[in-house]
Amino acid sequence: MTHKTIRVGGLTRVEGEGALLVRAHDGRITDLQLRIYEPPRFFEALLRGRAFTEPPDITARICGICPVAYQMSACQALESICGVTVEGTLRDLRLLLYYGEWIESHALHIYLLHAPDFLGYPGGVAMAADHRPLVERGLALKKAGNELVAAIGGRAIHPINVRLGGFYRAPVDLTPIAERLRHALDAALATVEWVSGFDFPDVEHDYRFLALQHPAEYAILSGDVAVSDGTFFPVTEWPYHVVEEQVPHSTALHARLDGLPGYLTGPLARYALNAPQLSPLALRAAADAGLGRVCRNPFRSIVVRAVEIVHACEEALRLIDRYTPPDQPALPVTARPGVGHGASEAPRGALYHRYRIDDVGLIAEADIVPPTAQNQARIEADLHALLQPRLDLPVPELTELCERAIRNHDPCISCSAHFLDLHLHHD
Amino acid sequence: MTETVVIGLGNDYRGDDGAGLAVARLLRDMGVPAIENGGDPAELIEAWTGADVAIVIDAARSGEPAGTVRCHNDLSHLSGDSSSTHALSLADAVALARTLDRLPGKLTIYTVEGATFALGATLSEPVAEAVTSMAHTIKRDTGLWETSADTGKLLPYQHVDDPP
Repeated sequence: MTHKTIRVGGLTRVEGEGALLVRAHDGRITDLQLRIYEPPRFFEALLRGRAFTEPPDITARICGICPVAYQMSACQALESICGVTVEGTLRDLRLLLYYGEWIESHALHIYLLHAPDFLGYPGGVAMAADHRPLVERGLALKKAGNELVAAIGGRAIHPINVRLGGFYRAPVDLTPIAERLRHALDAALATVEWVSGFDFPDVEHDYRFLALQHPAEYAILSGDVAVSDGTFFPVTEWPYHVVEEQVPHSTALHARLDGLPGYLTGPLARYALNAPQLSPLALRAAADAGLGRVCRNPFRSIVVRAVEIVHACEEALRLIDRYTPPDQPALPVTARPGVGHGASEAPRGALYHRYRIDDVGLIAEADIVPPTAQNQARIEADLHALLQPRLDLPVPELTELCERAIRNHDPCISCSAHFLDLHLHHD
Repeated sequence: MTETVVIGLGNDYRGDDGAGLAVARLLRDMGVPAIENGGDPAELIEAWTGADVAIVIDAARSGEPAGTVRCHNDLSHLSGDSSSTHALSLADAVALARTLDRLPGKLTIYTVEGATFALGATLSEPVAEAVTSMAHTIKRDTGLWETSADTGKLLPYQHVDDPP
């Protein structure tokens, strides 16, 4: 019997760090664990006893990549308790803010984190040496997203202008951003064309997709919960359908959907469940890219992200075109005791928040279910299916494949994890 | 005319990772313009592009005693390991900017050794003390700065030797 241990000093190009352990015996994988060390529960404890107005700002700090997602899920959960629904121009502004975050996050992932996998580079910096114009285009795209977030949120990272009921101040004129977004839209279309020409491993998984669904739009800010098996429920019923459980190898929680583990949330799920609601140019780009009606190849998620940037740019331009400043930057929100639920589509997938406000307007309970925690079991299943028929490959190739398979899902592990090392055992 | 930017990096809710932000805020209280960056490498590159001098303050973890402050003018030894709590590390941003010819004319990085990077933690005592001393050092080193009416950036930069 041979025993081999491989250690990779950090699984690179994921946001945050974790660890992966794979054991194989007689050609069969006997154990596969994506290890997560740091629980997000600390944040939930931090929220207890704070004023009901504070969670949007505090939870935004969980992630430097998707703070708007945390703000929006938190706002909607708390507003629902207080009997407030943000609509009209204020909702448009929230959508614009969120589109900016999608552009920022997807551009970063595509150009600096994911594309190097397909072009044979160890990372975005090495890729930039040979493909400078491409990386410059990616940075320009990201900058457009940053500027949109900054125009509405006050700054590009950790926006400070968001409050319950709306904003502290509404922007007066968004037309300067429109010019930038028109260039970004061109760059986004070129991005779809570029990434759709990559050489994708021939892999498909029988995913059970979960995404928000909205009657009037490709859901991002709000919606009900749709599952590809036909299950459909309002966000208020989330706790009855999605149950988190502790697993021995991880301090993050694994989510089960109606008793079954391993569902997938994120771009592939949104595309599978909501593609007909994409903007016209995004729909055409998806068709030209050969995505088909449903995409089950996780390696092609990079194409879906690019299509979503097109959608975000086109929709943002449409909203800016009709924008006139609201009469008031925010609706009044008065604390009421009760329990509320909120969910939105972070770049990586559905992000659910639940809060209970007590009799004096303080947070009594908080529950946050980030997309990466939901996807963790599914990522493990992906890795299992990918590795099992390829165990004879040299370990460096297997290691690279594992890293790529994890990056397919753009895990924001720092939301739920810290420090990733790879340990691969062949018994 | 020399144009200078001061940028504090970090995350307030990751313990000592918030040191760079704390320095930036303290500098602003002291009348020195400084930018806060939550770890976005593209924003970082954007902020220093075109500047003659950039000063970046970040937390570090190298095994030295907590609160140890280093001033790096030679950036060749910055680690590329992805142990940053930011999306990409500062080393990645420097390498990317170098590749794209978007480094500032001179880049100085102050690091302070962190003790804890746990979610929700606040600055540790040695790092909080170091934050104050770093802000005063940078303020002292830039004592003759003025703020450009056009850009809000600092000018000119009076460089002094590395701190001990």
